[in-house]
Amino acid sequence: MSTPILELDRVSKAFGGIHALRQISFALEEGQIVALIGPNGAGKTTLINVITGVHRVSGGRIAFRGKDVTRQRPFQAARRGLARTFQIVQPFPRMSVVENVAAGALFGGAHGSMGEAMVAAREQLAFTGLAEFADRPASALTLAGRKRLELAKSLAMKPHLLMLDEVNAGLNSSEIDGALALIRTIARRGITVLVIEHVMKVIFSLADRVLVLHHGELIADGAPRDIAGQQRVIEAYLGEKFARRITRTGAND
Amino acid sequence: MAYLQILVNGVVLGALYTCLAVGFSLVWGVLNIINMLHGSLIILGGYLSFFAWHSFGIHPLVALPAVAMLLFAIGYATQLLLINRVVSEPVLTTLTLTFGLDLILYNFMTVYYTATPRRVTLDMGAVDFAGIVMPVDRLVAMALALLLTGLLYLVLRGSRIGRAIVAVRMDREAAALMGIRVDRIYAVTFGIGALMAGATGAVFAMLYPITTNLTTTFLGKAFVVCVIGGLGSVQGALVGGIVLGIVESLAGQVVGPQHALTVGFALMLLLLLIKPTGLTGIRGYE
Amino acid sequence: MMCRWWRCFLFVIWVLALASTPLWAGNYVVRLAVTVAMYTGLALSWNFIGGFTGYPSFSTAAFFGLGSYAGALAQRAGVPMIFAWLCATLFVGLFAAALGGILLRLRGHYFAIGSIGVVEVLRLLIASWGSVTGGGDGLNVPFVTGGPDLVARIFLAAMLAIMLVVFATTVVVDRSRLGFGLRCIQQNEDAADMVGINTTTYKIAAYTLSALFCGTIGAAYASWAGYIDPNESFSLLMSIKVPVMCLLGGSGTVLGPVVGAAAFTLLEEFFWAHFLDYNRAILGAVIVVLIFFLPGGLLRMPYRGLFARTVRAWVQPKAAA
Repeated sequence: MSTPILELDRVSKAFGGIHALRQISFALEEGQIVALIGPNGAGKTTLINVITGVHRVSGGRIAFRGKDVTRQRPFQAARRGLARTFQIVQPFPRMSVVENVAAGALFGGAHGSMGEAMVAAREQLAFTGLAEFADRPASALTLAGRKRLELAKSLAMKPHLLMLDEVNAGLNSSEIDGALALIRTIARRGITVLVIEHVMKVIFSLADRVLVLHHGELIADGAPRDIAGQQRVIEAYLGEKFARRITRTGAND
Repeated sequence: MAYLQILVNGVVLGALYTCLAVGFSLVWGVLNIINMLHGSLIILGGYLSFFAWHSFGIHPLVALPAVAMLLFAIGYATQLLLINRVVSEPVLTTLTLTFGLDLILYNFMTVYYTATPRRVTLDMGAVDFAGIVMPVDRLVAMALALLLTGLLYLVLRGSRIGRAIVAVRMDREAAALMGIRVDRIYAVTFGIGALMAGATGAVFAMLYPITTNLTTTFLGKAFVVCVIGGLGSVQGALVGGIVLGIVESLAGQVVGPQHALTVGFALMLLLLLIKPTGLTGIRGYE
Repeated sequence: MMCRWWRCFLFVIWVLALASTPLWAGNYVVRLAVTVAMYTGLALSWNFIGGFTGYPSFSTAAFFGLGSYAGALAQRAGVPMIFAWLCATLFVGLFAAALGGILLRLRGHYFAIGSIGVVEVLRLLIASWGSVTGGGDGLNVPFVTGGPDLVARIFLAAMLAIMLVVFATTVVVDRSRLGFGLRCIQQNEDAADMVGINTTTYKIAAYTLSALFCGTIGAAYASWAGYIDPNESFSLLMSIKVPVMCLLGGSGTVLGPVVGAAAFTLLEEFFWAHFLDYNRAILGAVIVVLIFFLPGGLLRMPYRGLFARTVRAWVQPKAAA
């Protein structure tokens, strides 16, 4: 059994009196596609922020590829191969699309020179289907395009673990299919992927494993099929009464 | 000198500083603009008050409301016509614009009034209470300063316009969605800022000689009060003003009056690094 | 946009034009050329932190003043002039690096205020530390021997040399990893962080670069003027004029500060000479016009359709309301 690529050991985060994360523990194996789900406000983005060093943990340990990274800063996470996308896209608006991706290649992906970074950037643009927009300003892209830009930028950083924060929000059905295909190809390259998602289709067709967060606690961890039937999970999304009703009906099948 | 005297001096000074800064703080907190005109507006108020007294024999207390209204009108017009166009721009742009406008105002005042110090001399004597001496004109000034500040507080809390201003301060977009005409509110706020500045100047004219050389000093004090106390609220200006007044009074005693100014600035820098939102913790914009 | 070599070429032409003034013009014009060169150096310096990185620094006067006092004190202690300037540069650079570590944690308005505060605190400190700095009475600097013509030429050469060095640094940074990183920080600091840029180090580097040459220029100015005092050396007016010059030409570009400094200095001189009493008001008016009509600076103006656009810009305010 190899070292898990990401290990969280009783990680907690409190903002003043608000406990955003409580004693979260799990381990991700290399090459997995894992979905992180939970109702709004459960703490999913906070978890990503804490892993990448945007927020400091209030307690617990985080290890990435065997190394303790509990107190790392975001740029260190990037350089170590921990990449993430933002729920609200964060491009460099006045730079061209290729320059945006080159930033990822140069600083996170540790390419030697601007020239090399640009070459790598164009490769990633071709991969994500944005090649035709390469020299346009990033602000000219549609939302779907910007999400792909985020993805391309993160890939240019040569990540070992890629965390996608609601990369499908705001996309229509066919755009989501495209994104799914892309994510599968990425995973096939050996990159471990963690997706925060609300779209059930994505979770069921993509993920090998699902982590469920609710009020900052990890309430379920397992294969998609198993999770869907668990009472606590349904409770979290639909409330107690409904959950009881569903599981009772389900049990009768 | 007894420490109580220093404290009292500090509080009296602090009241003046509060009145001086509250307009500046409001403009910064609501419009997100650093108003480099503020110092000059104070001096303008002082000059107008002086000339009302010198040329027409009008007592400063009578002239005060007139000066205040005039400054309000000037502020309102300036904001509506000029500053409104850049209100969403980054700080470099807005600060430079108000600085440019200030250069114009400063120049005209220097040319028209010349740099000769002007002072309204009212001899009101002094009061002695339990060993603490306080000139009456300073007490009157303090009372006026607190009165004006209090009035502003009531306006902000009680009147429709006041509530609208607070709403815009909290969330510009939401206020606009509620039907508040944000550009009018901006103009009113700036007008109030100018009004408070002019009124403070008129009060100062009763105590100190007024000259254009003081514009930067007053502006600097306004900065310091805002950072110490916190932006965009009367309470912030009050806390900041009193603290600065006491600190300066103490520093004047300990290291000498010429260093008191430095201490104020140093305190401001310190607070910027530790708690930029100030002692009351009310955040201005980034 | 212009290619790299074209920009350098234009710059060299301008330097030669300034350098040639002693050959065809009187002392007044030569001194004007020195002033232009000086402000160009200051504007190019500010460009690192204000233009590339987008942090509105008003610390120029702090570094200039510190450099002038450091240089003056060194010279009074017997250090030869050029070495004194180098000492001043080093001193100011170290000061900026240390200060930057603390100050650059602030952003936007608070950073601007902090940078102004630094100027004021330094001014007041220098003014009160009379025993060392001469306090409010100022400091005399050993004069350079030689007639006024020779002196003017020496300092013209000095300021032009500094200007060349700063320009060269700008060109190098513009094309480098540092420049790219700074632009990322300017456009989205959080994203820059996430992409792997050590924003703290980059910002401090930009701030130090912005300070370094201001120190040299300050020291050179002290030697040229022969006398410095705290109010002139730590002048807030200078701290605001320099960013305005950069804005005028186009901040964040390589030639923008050069164009802006030249245009502004020459305009200012013209108004000073012809409208002495109102020169500040006119300066203010120039600034106001600049803000409204030249938001991107002279170099970024879309010259086609200018008139129609100007009218439209006036009628439609930029306010979010």
